[in-house]
This record gives sequence, structure tokens and C-alpha cells, in this order.
Amino acid sequence: MTQSVFIQNPIALTALPASPAGGDPHQLARNSGRALDMDWVDEIRINLSAAERRVASLPGRRTVKKDAQAAWLLKAITCIDLTTLNGDDTTERVKRLCAKAKAPVRGDLLERLGFAGRELHTGAVCVYHRFVGTAVEALAGSGIPVAAVSTGFPAGLIPHELKLKEIEASVRDGAKEIDIVITREHVLTGDWRALYAEVQDFRAVCDNAHLKTILATGDLKTLRNVAKASMVCMMAGADFIKTSTGKEGVNATLPVTLAMLRMIRVYQERTGFKIGFKPAGGISTAKDVLNYQFLMKEELGRDWLEPDLFRIGASSLLADIERQLEHHVTGHYSAFNRHPVG
Amino acid sequence: MSVANYFETMEYGPAPEADGEARAWLARHGATFGHFIAGKFTAPHAGKHLTTIEPATGKALARIAQGAAADVEAAVNAARSAQVAWAKLGGHGRARHLYALARMLQRHARLFAVLEAIDNGKPIRETRDLDVPLAARHFYYHAGWAQLQEREFADQVPIGVIGQIIPWNFPLLMLAWKIAPALAAGNTVALKPAEFTSLTALLFAELSVEAGLPPGVLNVVTGDGATGALLVESPVDKIAFTGSTEVGRLIRQTTAGTGKSLTLELGGKSPFIVFDDADIDGAVEGVVDAIWFNQGQVCCAGSRLLLQEGIAETFRRRLVRRMSTLRVGMPLDKAIDMGAVVAPVQLERIKTLVETGVKEGAEKYQTPGAMPAEGCFYPPTLLWNVHPSSTVATEEIFGPVLVAMTFRTPDEAVMLANNTRYGLAASVWSETIGLALDIAPKLLAGVVWVNATNLFDASVGFGGYRESGFGREGGREGMVEYLKPKAWSGRKARPKASPLPIASGASAGFDVPPIDRTAKLFIGGKQVRPDGNYSRAVLSPKGRRLGEAGEGNRKDIRNAVAAARATESWARATAHNRAQILYYLAENLSARSDEFVRRIADMTGVSSAKARTEVDASIERLFSYGAWADKFEGSVHTPPLRGVALAMHEPIGVVGVACPDEAPLLAFISLVAPLVAMGNRVVAVPSERHPLAATDFYQVLETSDVPAGVVNIVTGDRGELVKVLAEHDDVDALWVFGSQDASAAAERLSIGNLKRTLVDHGLALDWYDKAASEGPILMRHAVQVKNIWIPYGD
Repeated sequence: MTQSVFIQNPIALTALPASPAGGDPHQLARNSGRALDMDWVDEIRINLSAAERRVASLPGRRTVKKDAQAAWLLKAITCIDLTTLNGDDTTERVKRLCAKAKAPVRGDLLERLGFAGRELHTGAVCVYHRFVGTAVEALAGSGIPVAAVSTGFPAGLIPHELKLKEIEASVRDGAKEIDIVITREHVLTGDWRALYAEVQDFRAVCDNAHLKTILATGDLKTLRNVAKASMVCMMAGADFIKTSTGKEGVNATLPVTLAMLRMIRVYQERTGFKIGFKPAGGISTAKDVLNYQFLMKEELGRDWLEPDLFRIGASSLLADIERQLEHHVTGHYSAFNRHPVG
Repeated sequence: MSVANYFETMEYGPAPEADGEARAWLARHGATFGHFIAGKFTAPHAGKHLTTIEPATGKALARIAQGAAADVEAAVNAARSAQVAWAKLGGHGRARHLYALARMLQRHARLFAVLEAIDNGKPIRETRDLDVPLAARHFYYHAGWAQLQEREFADQVPIGVIGQIIPWNFPLLMLAWKIAPALAAGNTVALKPAEFTSLTALLFAELSVEAGLPPGVLNVVTGDGATGALLVESPVDKIAFTGSTEVGRLIRQTTAGTGKSLTLELGGKSPFIVFDDADIDGAVEGVVDAIWFNQGQVCCAGSRLLLQEGIAETFRRRLVRRMSTLRVGMPLDKAIDMGAVVAPVQLERIKTLVETGVKEGAEKYQTPGAMPAEGCFYPPTLLWNVHPSSTVATEEIFGPVLVAMTFRTPDEAVMLANNTRYGLAASVWSETIGLALDIAPKLLAGVVWVNATNLFDASVGFGGYRESGFGREGGREGMVEYLKPKAWSGRKARPKASPLPIASGASAGFDVPPIDRTAKLFIGGKQVRPDGNYSRAVLSPKGRRLGEAGEGNRKDIRNAVAAARATESWARATAHNRAQILYYLAENLSARSDEFVRRIADMTGVSSAKARTEVDASIERLFSYGAWADKFEGSVHTPPLRGVALAMHEPIGVVGVACPDEAPLLAFISLVAPLVAMGNRVVAVPSERHPLAATDFYQVLETSDVPAGVVNIVTGDRGELVKVLAEHDDVDALWVFGSQDASAAAERLSIGNLKRTLVDHGLALDWYDKAASEGPILMRHAVQVKNIWIPYGD
């Protein structure tokens, strides 16, 4: 195996302080990327059936009940990238979403959960470039970063120069996180150098904003493609690897997640960098999100349950979590209309 | 802990499954159980009970009856009384009952799952997600066989009353594996569950009556090994046993010569082979399913990790990391990976063996997390740097202990994998299809999983090679274990042989004598003189000296077995090639048929016409096996997964054959040809009284391109030679036809390596009746089924 010349071990940062509830998510050593090493790509083997068996048995091996479940769901809220990515988005719509991001759970419920007075907000708000400024303004002082989808989201087929300009514009408007889409053609044709170069360019113009690379795993089809693309993106400097735009036919799945998490682990073993993971699309129930959390904890460890390393791209998930939290507090099944919408 | 605390620590917290219903069931019975005989609970005859404990707490759980002779007798009698009516009910009627049992299991799934977890100590996840659903699937599947029985098994009949003894590691699932096929086929059952874990069997029996199963069809006698021994000795028609190899040997010995059919599913030390092109993380997870499933108390557990050297260190690192996340806890906790070991005695055995392993140089890694303070818990354990010569590399530990070693090449992986007395299961991990599918057939194991482990399904036979036992459970091959051929059911004891004639003077005076012809032994493709250099006269019925046959001894058998072992290539020869050679044998025998007619007539005293009938039948039989050689194929199973299971018919290996005195050529051909057709190598002991047709036949062998060592012929004292073959640990199977004594001896002495035996118990077979002596009826004993599971997808 080729050893990375970039190996560094940010030991000082691995002992993660118990993070504030939804506090500053950007305190880890950033992935500096490294030279493309094709050995790291070529050696990747991933067996679909074995991956499926792993994720199929996990819900039977891990569960959380009662107080623990409430805590895990609250933690999940702090990892949500509360998202609106629709053609009919408007300024007011985005503002409403930002308000929800700042106050995701009813105060009386937080109180009864023992969270009175604690800051609890979502991990970020995720919008198109057009609404970055609006969101930054709406979230001012909350500590909630704004994430912008970029590079011709969701298909990613606009000219490369325009992609770079779009990122620059979003960063200028105050986006702290840029969710880019990769050119799927590079993966489907095995042109790993092109993928590496593209992501490296994106990273360069991100400046201090964190780079999330959306693989669009539903388009890549095989776990092998997903795993290889993950590794190349990390080598090119991704801070997060993300499954989907939410617009592909198939969005985040547990087998795809497993494949990506294993690549994050290998990358950390070799470089010391901790890369974040963001599943997006299709995670709409409390039960779903718990399974993702279990997988994060089992495959990568406790650190990956916090918003600096774990985000969930979701729009309707929060509402289901709110209902579950109310059920936990009251013992009664809840209804959507009892919780303010975002 | 508060919500806020959990929010900081992100621990899992307790997640107990409720056990109220299961405890209530125990309470309803006063936590004391009798045997279940003829449809109801029956107090033990001697009034004795055993206490069964809850492994996770060490506390007493219930009292179960200790079966005495009278209890076993009552159970077997009840089964006997019910059997005829049960068989007469017909396939469709039995299918309805089995279907009802499957539904019953599903209706009470959670009760069974919780009770099993409490009684055995295994995690509720496993009982709920694996044991109970697989048990139900077994009943559904076998309801299907019952429905199709009259059509698919038209030439078979039920065996009768079956005694079944099951182990404690999968109490309910093993019950299902045993009784579903037995009942489907029209047999009735007396079942003895393991004394540590009898409760789900008792619950099943109770609910089976509610589900309408007629009384006496299923009887459960509880108790310890002594009860099991009584069941083995009782007048049942078959014993089916799953358990230790040691007890399996005892059962083989006890049942020898009784005519009881036997299947044994015994221990294992199964290899888990990881090549350098494997999905390493997938394989690490496979290890978890292989050895930390059911606390490693799995007969087919992948307990020997074989790693290609180049990836060994990476694999160790990733495996040790994975071990650190395993959780050991109370069986009813829904957030654990491993529960309690079944009993203190088992825990002690595991501890002792691990200590031995460390003493012999192994590096020990264990899951660091906390375990419950009380009860029988042992952490997931990896012993690194273990060599094939270590105790822990050969002994079955039957606990959560994995031993690891390395290999360099695919050949070496196969060699190490097969370097064991056992042969139950194997796992092969490689992303290269050519490699994986090349290795799988070379592994001497009844089940091979490619890029997977511990997959089970009712449609796929399960069972071992070598000292892991014989017989299969599941699939068509599993049904056949509970049926017997109609064509054999009317066999009668052979008439007593007439006394040997007195040799009369042979001199023909001053006529020019025929040139002397010395019959030799035929070993490794050569005509050889017997080691002892003695001969015995072969006489006509009137006492005329027809020639002399070599007096083979144990060394001749040794040499013949060595020659047969060395001809492994025959097993790999193409079926087409084997077919060609069988046809060629027929052709060459035909060319010399007059000579064989004379020989048979001279030796046996039959008319020339009758002798010609025998020769013609022999020629046709060779043709039949030439035809079968490339047609008695395996099948492709479609278990519920994305993938297939290939059921391959593999030769058993080196097979001893003792031939009867009647039809000296036809019987010899009838026994040797199916074995050879299927790729076995044979050491044949011809008719003791009429050996010369077989020794003449070696010239046919020599001229028909049969590779040296495929057929070896040793003449001499049949009883003595059978004894040597039975005791020879490099003989894989032994067929004995011709006498009850030799049959019994063959079974009794076969226990050294638990060779497969096919004997006639002295019952005469009509060698001219094709239904009784030709085709699948014998070929199925000439092969063993290997199931290769191949999940796929990318």
C-alpha cells in the first residue's frame, strides 16, 4: 500500500469536546487533500451482498429506547441541513425555514426533556445560491451556517468555469458550506483524474467555506463506483462526502452509506483526516435517521454523531422527530399540526 | 441517565424485550414439565426431574422430566401406534398439518423467540430474526414436499418411527430441521431435546396439538445423555442426531448391525478463507456473523480464519477495531451482539482452551466492553498467530473464539482449509469470480459460502463431509434421508451358503495341460502378488480346482487404498471422460463375453445360458453407468436471496466395496460401476467363493483406459479384509453386501473416521432387478452433496 506523504495526525483535535448543542461545526482540522494515488482507488473492493447483510442486521443489533431515543433524536436535529431546493422557493419561504432552523422544537417540549435554556438548532440551512444572502441575514447571530448547493445543481452539467463562479458567488454572499455535484460522467467512464481535478478546483475556490461533494449515488449505481468516487473526492480535498442531491431516482440508502463510511475510515487511517458524511434524500422518519446514526457510530465512532462530521439533508424529517419527541414526553401519539412548520 | 446525559454520551441505553408472556407460560405449568407423549404432558415414570437454568443469570428456570426407559418406551410406542395412520393420511393430508405447524410458529413467533432467548442465552435478535423465521420456513418448505411426495418420491416409502436427538445451540431450529422432513415423509417421531434447552420443544409440542397434529405423531422425551442413549437403543427405525462428534461415534457404534438408518450432523472447525482481492471490510463483517453469531456455539462456525499473507496485518487491524464495537449483554437486550454461553461447563471449556492457545503462543485480542457480572458470559476473542499444530487450531472450541493463520497461495489455502478431520462448512472471500469458484469445489465441506457465511435455507441441504457426519437436512436430499426405497423393502435374508465343496484331484493325466494362469491382485493399475504370498484354491461347486486366488492381507489393502488415494485426478476427470471409459469397459467385456460365461458357469455351476444372462446384464449395467456418468447431476437451488446455491454431486473419495457371492460378476459390476461413474476410486473385495470373474476383469480394466488406481481388486478372506477397510481412516466410505456379520462389523468399525457405510444387513438383492440395483438408488450413496452458496450483485 502506498503511504501518503500528507499523513498528519491531528491528535489534539480528536478528543472532541462535548459539542454545544448545535454549536460551531467547523472546529476540526480541515482535510488538506493529497495527491491522487490511483492505488488507493484501484484496490477498492466492495461486495454488495455483504454490505446489504451488514445493514440489514444492524437495526436488530442496535436500538435506543425512551430517554436515550429522545436524546439521539435531539442530536439528529442538530445534524439536519434543513433544506429547501425547489423551483418555487421564494425569499419568504427561505426565511420561514430559517426561523424553524433556529427553533426546531417547541419550547415546552424542550423544557420537559430537560433542555430548557439550552441552545438547540439544526446543523445548517441549505438553499440555492439565489437565497444565500436571505438565509445569512435571517440566521445572523444564530451560529447556524448557510449551505449553498452549487456547480449547476442537481445535474452538474454547466460549464466548469461557471461552476467555479457560482461557488465564488455563494462564498461571497456568506455561504459557509458549498454542496457541489460531481460530473457523473467522470465516474461512469472511470476518468478518476478528471474527477480529482474538478473537485480540486472546487475546493480551491471554496476558500474557507467547507466543501461537500455530492456523488449522486443513484446515478453511479454500483457500490464500487460510489466507493471509488468517495476516495477520489477526499483525496481532492472534500470536507464532506454526500450521497445525493435528492433529485435522483434513488437517494440515500444504508448500503451506499456503508460503502462511503468505510472509505472515510480508510482515508482517516491513512491521512489522519476526519471526513464528514451527509446522506440526503429519503430520510423522512425518526426511525430512518436512527439507523443512519447507528451506522455512523458503529462504523466510524462517537465523533461522527456530531454536526461537524455528520449532516442529514432532509426537509420532512424534522416534523416526524418532533412528533416522536412529543410522544416521548406525553405518552400520546402526536400529530403534525401540533408543531410549527418550517 | 437523563436525556441530557445521553445527548452528551450518545450511549445506547437499555432496550429490554418484555418477557411477561414467556414467564406466564412457565408459571402456567408450575415451571415443571413432564414428557410430551401421545398428545399430552405425561409425568416421568420414575418421577425424576432436572433443573434447567437461565444462562444469563444462573438462576433456575424450570424443572424438566428426566426420561427413563419406560418413558422412552412409551414415546416410541405412541409414535409406532400413530405411524401407519399418519402415513395413510397421504401427502396432501400431511401437507395441511405441516402448513398448520408453520402458521402456528408464526402466530406465536414472539413467545418462541423470547422463551428461546431466556432458556439458551442467545440474543433475542437471533431468535426473533433467524431461529423462529427459519423454523417456520422449514415447515412451509416441507409441507410442500408432503404435498408432492406421491409424485416426486413415488418409489420411496417412509422409514417408520424416527428417534431424533437435538443439541442446545439452536433448540427450536434443530427441532424444525429434524421433525419437518420426518413428518412430511410419513414418519412419526420421538424427539429428545438437549437437557439445557428443552423448553421450546415442549412449547412446540403443546401448541402442535392445538394446531391439530394427531396425538403420537410427535412425542418429546426430555432428559440428559442417558435418556438419549435409551432412545438410541429403543426399537426405532432410524436415529437422526445433531451434536458432538464424540457422541456421534457412540451412536454409530450402538446402532451398528441393527438395521437402523442413521444420520449424524456433528462438529466442525470450519475455515474462513480471505484472499487478498476480497472486500476486506465485508469479510471482517463476515467474521462477526461466522464466529460471534450465537456466541460461536455453531457447528458450522467459521472458526479458523485463513488470511492471505499480504493482507493479514490490515485484516487484523480492522478486525480488532470491529471487535471493539461489539456489545455483549443480556439476551433480551435488543441492542447487543452477543448473549450468554449456554452453561457453566461450556464457559469453563472455552476458558481452558483459550488459555491453552495463549500458552502455545497465540496473541489474544478480546472485546473490551463491559459484560453482565452474573451468568455465563465470555467476550468475543481472536487468537492471532496460531499455527496448524496448535491445539486451538484443531479442537472445536464451540465458543466465540476465532483462530487466525496465514497462507501464501490458493493451493496452500485449500491445503490448510482441508487440514482437519472435519468437513462441515467453509467460507471463501474473493472478488474474483474465477478464483472463488475454483476454490469452492476443492474444499472438503458440505456447505461452502462464497463471500458470505452462515446462510441457511430449507431448500438447501446442510450436512458434513468426513467426521462432521453424514446425511443432509433440507432440500430434496434431506427428504430422502427419511424415506427408503420401495425396491429394497421386500428383501429377504440370503439363504445360508452351502458348505464349501471338497477339492477333488485335478490331474488330467498325460494330456497337454492348459498354460497355468495365476490370478493376482490388482493394485494401482498393476497385477501384483499378494504381500503374504499365499494363495487359496478356487473350486467349482463339485470341488474341481478352477485356479487359485491371491490371499490378500492388511498390507495389500493399505497399498490399494494408497493407490486409490493417489488417483484424485479421477474425481476431476470430466464426466464425459468417465462415461467414455465405462462404455469402453462394456465394449471390451463384450468382446470377451464367452470367456466370462465359461468362468461363471464353472465357478457357480449355473448353466451357460444363465451365465450368459449374467454377462449380458453386466455389459448392460456398464452401459447404464456410462449413460449416468454425465447425467446424475446436481441442481441449482433458489433460496430467498439474490443469488443461487449450487448443489453439486461430488464423489465421496476412496470407497471400499465388499461383494457378495451370488452373481459374482454382475454384483461386482453393479457395485463398482456407480462409484467409478461418479468419480470415486474403489478398493473392491470380490466374492470370496467366486473371485475369478473379478480377477479376470482386471484385464478388461487394463485394456479400457481406466487410469491406474481407480479400481483396485484385493481377493482373500472377505471378513478380514472388510475389517481392515472399515478401520482404515483414509477410506471415506464402505459398501458391504453379502452378510449380516460383515455389515455389522463394517458399521461398528467405521467410527474411526466416521466413514459412510452402505450395507445390506445380509438381505439379498436381486441384481437383475434394475429398480433395486441400478441407477440413483445406488448412485446417491456414491456422491455427497456440496452446496455452494453464491450471493451476487455489484
